[in-house]
Amino acid sequence: MEELFAHSLLVVTGKGGVGKSTVAAALGLAASRRGLRTIVVEVTAREDVSRALAREQTSVYTELAVSERLHHISIDPQRAMEEYLSEQLPVGVLAARFSRNRIFTGLTAATPGLRELLTIGKVWELAQHERRTRGAETYDLVVLDAPATGQALAMLQAPRTFASVARVGPVAKQGRAVASFLGDPQRTAVLAVSTAEEMPVGETLELRSRLREDLGMDLSLVVVNAVLAHRFSDRDQRTLRTAPPSPAQHAALFMASWAHRQRMQIARLQQGLQAVALVTLPFMFQSALDREALELLSRELAP
Amino acid sequence: MSVAERMAGKRICICTGSGGVGKTTTAAAVALGLAARGQRVAVVTIDPARRLASSLGLQQLENEPRLIEPAHFAGQGIELHGELWAMTLDAKRTFDELIDLLAPNTATREEILANKIYQELSSAVAGSQEFTAVAKLYELNASGRFDAIVLDTPPSRSALDFLDAPQRLTGFLEGRALKVLTAPTGAAAAIAARGSGLVFSALRRVTGVDLLTDLSAFFRVLSDVADGFAERASAVNRLLGDPATTFLIVASPEPTPVEEAIFFRQRLREAQMPFGGLVINRVRMLAHTAPTADQSALAADFGGDADLAARSIEALRDMRALARRDAASTRRLAAELDDEHPILVPQLDRDVSDVAGLVAVQRFLFARPRERSALLAERAF
Repeated sequence: MEELFAHSLLVVTGKGGVGKSTVAAALGLAASRRGLRTIVVEVTAREDVSRALAREQTSVYTELAVSERLHHISIDPQRAMEEYLSEQLPVGVLAARFSRNRIFTGLTAATPGLRELLTIGKVWELAQHERRTRGAETYDLVVLDAPATGQALAMLQAPRTFASVARVGPVAKQGRAVASFLGDPQRTAVLAVSTAEEMPVGETLELRSRLREDLGMDLSLVVVNAVLAHRFSDRDQRTLRTAPPSPAQHAALFMASWAHRQRMQIARLQQGLQAVALVTLPFMFQSALDREALELLSRELAP
Repeated sequence: MSVAERMAGKRICICTGSGGVGKTTTAAAVALGLAARGQRVAVVTIDPARRLASSLGLQQLENEPRLIEPAHFAGQGIELHGELWAMTLDAKRTFDELIDLLAPNTATREEILANKIYQELSSAVAGSQEFTAVAKLYELNASGRFDAIVLDTPPSRSALDFLDAPQRLTGFLEGRALKVLTAPTGAAAAIAARGSGLVFSALRRVTGVDLLTDLSAFFRVLSDVADGFAERASAVNRLLGDPATTFLIVASPEPTPVEEAIFFRQRLREAQMPFGGLVINRVRMLAHTAPTADQSALAADFGGDADLAARSIEALRDMRALARRDAASTRRLAAELDDEHPILVPQLDRDVSDVAGLVAVQRFLFARPRERSALLAERAF
């Protein structure tokens, strides 16, 4: 776990709905507790991480402080691209007959990967020791709450694709620098978050295959969220099954069976992952995750 | 109200909701229930669980529905009086088939299919899966082969993409936009040409990629199909608003699916599309009266194992905490979505990604009120 915090960028990815943003936030908290100046980057139009960190405001492209050493920023890929292109394209063209929207839609389709490249480019910039903007905060660690699996892979792939297709120009140059940074296992680590259920486990295994085959990278860690404690042994379950029905007996059997299914999925995951480290986070029974619960989780994750 | 009643007089059921809520299972279960009740139904799935897919024979080569043999459901306590057909959507193939249909000749068709930008657009771009799902729906509906069609929707990051995407895609491909962005002919067009020339040279300078060749080739060939495409897209959009179409919103009691369901209900209202009802999956039901748990009596039940009794009581406490949370989510959803009687499907004590699981879910979806109350009460904590 400590090794993980020695990186510059942690890419946290996983299927939608597994608590990826919660884990990203928990990692951010754990890092800041260790004295690392950390920023959690959320790439999405929705504010999942903001909610997890119990922020009221939403930050769009502004680096906001959650606590002394923990910052947060939201990046909307579409906006990132539009802003970049607005700066680059001649003003007259945009004022011309066709709508700005159509150009951008056209350009997105025509230059697949550009949006992803600009997004990961912004993330890369945050992780540099020398920031582009004078006086901007520098960070020891960037935790990226990456969009769901497919998009995350596209983001990791984009710099490499651009570097091969485009020889000159500012984008290609940045593409090469970013590709090299992402491909350096000392600087960038990729984590997957999953729950102990069939689909998320399948997707995690597939993510790993694609990382290895398409990008020559690997997962550094898998975090399995919402795992039930192994409360009832096989013997307990036999006793429960033969006991007279009662609410407690019903609840116990239900949980035992549920926990068992989870363990089978974790075993399936472990078998597929082989050497990749796996940690589990406990199921939280209380109401929606608040800041306190998040602190708890972050200590579970990285004591 | 059960699904049967919500589907009365409807031919098309579109299951929407955020990813991970059991949409595909719900869509398949709805289709199964309708087929059991005598209809010839097709279900179009997007992202089925491996096990469900193989148990229904969905790993197939054609981009067409396949009849599920009634034998698959033998011994599951359900009898199919109609027919269940199922398929998994292949977005790229559907798109290619559409081009096949619209291209004026073989040469154009080949050129489009080989174009790099088309390939990118048809397989990876957001909007492609959503559009092709509805395009396939249109095709199946127009064929007249089925009494009912149930559509699963893509596991988009946001369920809202479903309504937006066809418009975005058609907006881009619309004839007029293409003419403006390519090198058009005519006097007025010369001005536009200068504008687009500026765009391309700027892009080349910035991205280092010479898009002009690929892009103009793409637009040139696609302009042949653009009008047909736009027409198809309009027809598809009309189908969504048809009185025989209904949208089911599928959610689970977790925070994100709840928020998505609320947003999506709002979008349906704005787009004036028919909301057929809310299905909430994986609910932990709260028993009406708080159960008593006497530790010593329980220990006696367990042959004197007081420790097991204590742990079981903890389990009951935990499940009730979950059930209370779920009850709050359910109330919120019912209020915000304006559906007083959402269809609740409890978290089952088994895997749902096989045929038996599907039959079980179907039972909850189609149960009449009294049967449903009894089924839910059995599983309450």
